[in-house]
Amino acid sequence: MSTVRIAVLSAGLSQPSSTRLLADRLTEAVVGALEARARSAGEPVEVAVDIVEVRDIAHDLVNNVLSGFASPALQERLNAVVAADAVIVATPIYAASYSGLLKLLVDVLPPDALRDMPVLLGATGGTSRHSLALDHALRPLFAHLGALVAPVAVFAASKDWGSVEEQGLGRRIDRAGAQLAGLVSTGPGRQQADPFGAVTPFESLLAQASRG
Amino acid sequence: MQFGIFTVGDVTTDPTTGRTPTEHERIKATVAIAKKAEEVGLDVFATGEHHNPPFVPSAPTTTLAYVAAQTERLLLSTSTTLITTTDPVRIAEDYATLQHLSDGRLDLMLGRGNTGPVYPWFGKDIRDGIPLAMENYALLHRLWREDVVDWQGRFRTPLQGFTSTPRPLDGIPPFVWHGSIRSPEIAEQAAYYGDGFFANHIFWPTSHTAEMVGLYRRRFEHYGHGRADQAIVGLGGQVYMRRNSQDAVREFRPYFDNAPVYGHGPSLEEFTAQTPLTVGSPQQVIERTLRFRDYVGDYQRQLWLMDHAGLPLKTVLEQLDLLGGEVVPVLRKELGASRPAQVPDAPTHASLLAAAGASPDVSR
Repeated sequence: MSTVRIAVLSAGLSQPSSTRLLADRLTEAVVGALEARARSAGEPVEVAVDIVEVRDIAHDLVNNVLSGFASPALQERLNAVVAADAVIVATPIYAASYSGLLKLLVDVLPPDALRDMPVLLGATGGTSRHSLALDHALRPLFAHLGALVAPVAVFAASKDWGSVEEQGLGRRIDRAGAQLAGLVSTGPGRQQADPFGAVTPFESLLAQASRG
Repeated sequence: MQFGIFTVGDVTTDPTTGRTPTEHERIKATVAIAKKAEEVGLDVFATGEHHNPPFVPSAPTTTLAYVAAQTERLLLSTSTTLITTTDPVRIAEDYATLQHLSDGRLDLMLGRGNTGPVYPWFGKDIRDGIPLAMENYALLHRLWREDVVDWQGRFRTPLQGFTSTPRPLDGIPPFVWHGSIRSPEIAEQAAYYGDGFFANHIFWPTSHTAEMVGLYRRRFEHYGHGRADQAIVGLGGQVYMRRNSQDAVREFRPYFDNAPVYGHGPSLEEFTAQTPLTVGSPQQVIERTLRFRDYVGDYQRQLWLMDHAGLPLKTVLEQLDLLGGEVVPVLRKELGASRPAQVPDAPTHASLLAAAGASPDVSR
């Protein structure tokens, strides 16, 4: 049985948080879609989910930015992201963009941590007029990081939580989950680099230096 | 085992008085600190190199030569010499001269420097940091070992029939350490040449230092310089001591909270738990330092940062009295007693001369 690891980054600040609610719904959809794909392929899959509540490591993030290293609690979360096969991101929209704490987390991820990583984007806000922030703020950020961002991203406005219309939030979540599951199955796959394990021999380093 | 101190050379306002030393005061204080290091029985004094405020040590060989003239026994080193932005020809000349003036009491630690604008000020690009370190050291290594060098590379003008003068003292190049916090390439470089590797782990968690040193040791053995446990390792450290540990914490906290590198970030308690910083009694420093071996193995050089963040000279000298008087003698005894016989000391001019089977140029 193969294992798929999903890291969920939830940047909501209130307790309870509608962003976390969205993150959980997205996670549920992705897990369901992965299991459905596995069933139809006849290859059982185990899905392991690591939830990173950005609020819990807010101080550690600021400390990391100032001191240059991660606290043990933050390092554990960073390791979960690096080891993941897919990442779900959910953030409230503040001032037309993602939350600053989410950006701090992204800023301290190791280089290339999200390269070729299937990523599903979700955001919450007071009204659906903020929904384009997904495309003008979040999508460029994750494109810059080289992630494989699912085309469907999910915005949940306050009103969505009180709606059961057919093309509503639940339907968008399911479509997004299916897309991310597809990216996990068909993407280029993730290379886990160990900087201390696979060292570049000195002669190559010197040759690279003079080649430029 | 060698014990000593290293300075960054920052001019920082004392947060408890609001007073900022002048550059002149800071430079003179650096010399006083170096002389004190010898007086209290430490082995090594190392100075940083910086080319931007608020730092004063832009000309380390000038300062070190001045210190050499006023000391007898102290080994002089750097923390670090910028191998990226300094012409390797000038490093070869400057440090060979210093080696002669100090009668061989010299080694140096190479580093890349992490201040973006310094690179372009010297005609370089910080993105070339690793390639610069590789190519420049390859040239420096040859300049100290070959009398006449023909050379062509990417970063400086070619050399045809060049002889770097003076030649190293007794034909023995100064021993070189390579310092890096996070680049495995530098650990690999140190291992390839059989040079020393210095992990300045004062700002980083121990797990990271253990990985870097472990890599260096494995590759040192791979390149045939000896067994992994015989590689030459140095560590940074940072302490503040008072007889009563509560006094140490109370006195050091304002300096910590406002320190240029980590101030306004983690609390003193978090930082001491997550890095080697020890604030407390001399006994606490001894106990903490004795544990460094647990994750890097038996090592050769321990340097402490004692004079940063605006600490006044008087306080630094008191710290050195405690370090040299109470901490280092115990560490020497404890670390010496449990050290396996096959683990070598850090090379010195005398040991390298003896190993080469050569004799001094003149009797000194």
